[in-house]
Amino acid sequence: MSLHAATAAEIGRGLASRQYSSVEVTRHFLERIERANPALNAFVTVTAERALEDAKRADLRLARGEGGPLTGVPLAHKDIFCTSGILTSCGSRMLADFVAPYDATVVERLDAAGMVLLGKTNMDEFAMGSSNETSFYGPVKNPWDTARVPGGSSGGSAAAVAARIAPVATGTDTGGSIRQPGALTGLTGFKPTYGRVSRYGMIAFASSLDQAGVLAQSAEDAALVLGAMAGHDARDSTSVDAPVPDYAAGLDRPVKGLRIGIIREFFGDGLEAATGMAVRAAIDAFRKEGATVEELSLPNLPLSVPTYYVVAPAECSSNLSRFDGVRFGHRCQDPKDLMDLYRRSRGEGFGAEVKRRIMTGTYVLSAGYYDAYYLKAQKVRSLINQDFRRAFEKVDVLMGPTAPTPAFGIGAKTDDPILMYLNDIYTIGANLAGLPAVSVPCGLVGNLPVGLQVIGPHFSEQRLLAVAHAWQRATDWHRRIPPGFA
Amino acid sequence: MANDWETVIGLEVHAQLATRSKIFSGSATAYGAPPNAQANLVDLGYPGTLPVLNREAVRMAVKFGLAIGAAVARRSVFARKNYFYPDLPKGYQISQYELPVVARGTVEILLEDGTRKEVGVTRAHLEEDAGKSFHEGFGSSSGIDLNRAGTPLLEIVSEPDLRSAREAVAYMKKIHTLVRYLEICDGNMQEGSFRCDANVSVRRRGESAFGTRCEIKNLNSFRFVERAINHEVERQVELIEGGGKVRQETRLYDPDRNETRPMRSKEEANDYRYFPDPDLLPLVIDEAFVEEVRAGLPELPDAKAARFAREHGLSDYDAGVLTASREMAAYYEAVAAGAGEPKLAANWVMGELSGFLNRDGLEISESPVSAAALAGMLKRIVDGTISGKLAKDVFEAMWRERKEADAIIEAKGLKQITDTGAIEQAIAAVMAANPGQLADYRAGKDKLFGFFVGQVMKATAGKANPAQLNELLKKMLAGP
Repeated sequence: MSLHAATAAEIGRGLASRQYSSVEVTRHFLERIERANPALNAFVTVTAERALEDAKRADLRLARGEGGPLTGVPLAHKDIFCTSGILTSCGSRMLADFVAPYDATVVERLDAAGMVLLGKTNMDEFAMGSSNETSFYGPVKNPWDTARVPGGSSGGSAAAVAARIAPVATGTDTGGSIRQPGALTGLTGFKPTYGRVSRYGMIAFASSLDQAGVLAQSAEDAALVLGAMAGHDARDSTSVDAPVPDYAAGLDRPVKGLRIGIIREFFGDGLEAATGMAVRAAIDAFRKEGATVEELSLPNLPLSVPTYYVVAPAECSSNLSRFDGVRFGHRCQDPKDLMDLYRRSRGEGFGAEVKRRIMTGTYVLSAGYYDAYYLKAQKVRSLINQDFRRAFEKVDVLMGPTAPTPAFGIGAKTDDPILMYLNDIYTIGANLAGLPAVSVPCGLVGNLPVGLQVIGPHFSEQRLLAVAHAWQRATDWHRRIPPGFA
Repeated sequence: MANDWETVIGLEVHAQLATRSKIFSGSATAYGAPPNAQANLVDLGYPGTLPVLNREAVRMAVKFGLAIGAAVARRSVFARKNYFYPDLPKGYQISQYELPVVARGTVEILLEDGTRKEVGVTRAHLEEDAGKSFHEGFGSSSGIDLNRAGTPLLEIVSEPDLRSAREAVAYMKKIHTLVRYLEICDGNMQEGSFRCDANVSVRRRGESAFGTRCEIKNLNSFRFVERAINHEVERQVELIEGGGKVRQETRLYDPDRNETRPMRSKEEANDYRYFPDPDLLPLVIDEAFVEEVRAGLPELPDAKAARFAREHGLSDYDAGVLTASREMAAYYEAVAAGAGEPKLAANWVMGELSGFLNRDGLEISESPVSAAALAGMLKRIVDGTISGKLAKDVFEAMWRERKEADAIIEAKGLKQITDTGAIEQAIAAVMAANPGQLADYRAGKDKLFGFFVGQVMKATAGKANPAQLNELLKKMLAGP
């Protein structure tokens, strides 16, 4: 088996048993990036020098018999995480020159675990998008079909791992931005419970929804990386102070007797037939393994998309106010006064989708509209939350599709924001309720991957990982590599 | 004119809390550091940074709430107040909006006519301060100093209960006294640690509806509060009487020209788009915390004044003056205890001591005469060593030379003459030197008694004990 076809966990084991060095592994991936990235546009920045330094340090640790299962294993960070001394663009012209002066907690922790930083991956601008077409750095191509999108907003991370030019990558998920690209590129995309992973150093889009997670080849990889990045952080007031279980050690928990709920609302008109069939077949396979399956209704869930498109823009309109050309980020040439500085710096620095959301968010928070939009959305949000809570009184996990269709063509939905927003119709609910959820590959439709989404109650990461792992022991969808990248 | 109109005032007092670090970051809050030396990545609003609430600021807010008898909210919420300004790094200020940490309380003020008045405090909430902009010395640009950005403020909002500029000042002074007693604010108005906005309106006497109000921003001295309000009332009354209407607007007070100027009208007012800050969890305060804070409260000024009035026999006014600051009250108490004469102590602390402090621009903590030293001098008045009149000279010397009273009395030979023989000798000498006056006195010119007192005092350099002198003089002038 060639090195790049190995999962992060496998590479870690190979490093620990000294089959190869981290420098060798790192060189291998850097070469692959050099070859494949021009076609994929997955990376904004490749940190080759830093990667080799990291690798040397990891090799020293390994030689001393120190380090853990991820020491020396390369990874890529979504370009939303601040990395000290390295461009952190957030996919925006606004931050095209922004070299972060500090490391995000996620970066710090994975660095401490000994992981090797290959570079920073492309993304929708400020994580606003579902196709990675809103990036200032241009669209990312799906390795399964380079005429198609990889999903978004963590499209660069997804494409990089799917093409095996990075063994694993971080992502962030505000409305599906890990799971949806995971589904569209055949990966395991894991979004933890809100508060499980620190948001410190992760450039905010919608603070009450943003959560960092992993785009991985397997549940095992997701378990290892999540375990290393999760945990309480005093610098993030919303991070939860609860112990982090050894996710990797819990992977083999049996799923026999698992109570699965199928979300009826997820199998309606918008779902493409072949995708629906693949997902139903996967759920059926679980039943055959001894799980019980019950169809449930979450009546408020169809309101997820409109609710999200009030809450997320509202928060983003405020979060992005700091980009004013005064202290950091894009500043227009020769502003004639303060208003000109604001108008042109922001007008030039932000792309169309970001502006659309800032305007929407400003509108829904305005005097006279707040009650009708923001407050109402918050009420619906708590109803959706309640729907989930009731469902989890009956079942252990909820299952359904991750995205309504496989990867669509680049440019196919860029003219119609509503159509684009509907891509996240199945993923947004978990964000609104702060629930952990994972997408695992469950089939191919016309040579394009399809994802099965599994949603669990708060802090059920371990259960979700065990379910995903059981599925991956029984199937090999997650080991399929896009043709041309094998 | 003035009598036809009633003034209605509400104050928003901003007290900078005396925490060591900022409300949402670990930066220091000390005043006077070089520009931007106390602004870290959080204060600068760097991408990815997050606020973490300083519990000490919460403790201080709770202290204040308990001191004004207000309910401390078990759950309060931080919101974002959104507006663009270069000294507001995040583009929003974190402040409490719908659910403040301190709910309704009351403050009592003592009016000039001796009556007491309760003033309602609508709420007090925590928020962060903005930075400062400098528009001079940077060419066509402005300079921004973010040292102050993120400094914790307690905004204390009164009900529109105040009816004159004087009442407003009395209320503001009371809050000033309270926050310093509680040691939650240094009260330094020059540095902007304690400032207020005044909402002012007028209405015809007897009317129940409020008039249209104007808000005067950023008043940072008691004198400015009084002058700005008086000016604003005059402006509004003139406007209405001249057939005009008051426009709701924000105005700035210019102390140099003693006038207020419009800043922005209601129509131009920002829509702040408040919403709960998703980066901060609701602030939850449990009973145990409140009780812990309550147990640590000092004796508050009202209670202290009542005790002084009751136990020391002081008037309400004197007790109020002596409790205006914790330092003053402590000083007075030490003097009263040391001298054993509370009223004498009160007179000296409010009289000579305060006068000298004012003259030299000193705080009571900087007084060259300590409480113990003043008490020592008062004892010499009580035991007759010096007269009250001479005591003023002794005090002056103590102030200047920083010495104990006894040392001054000794060195200057100011000790009172209480030896009857010595006084008699002096009287006899004066009588002998003034036979004419003596004869007139004995013939019935009683008024000449004062002349003899003066002559004897002159002869003894003012040291004769006045009571003794009186008695002996009367006897000797009357003749054998």
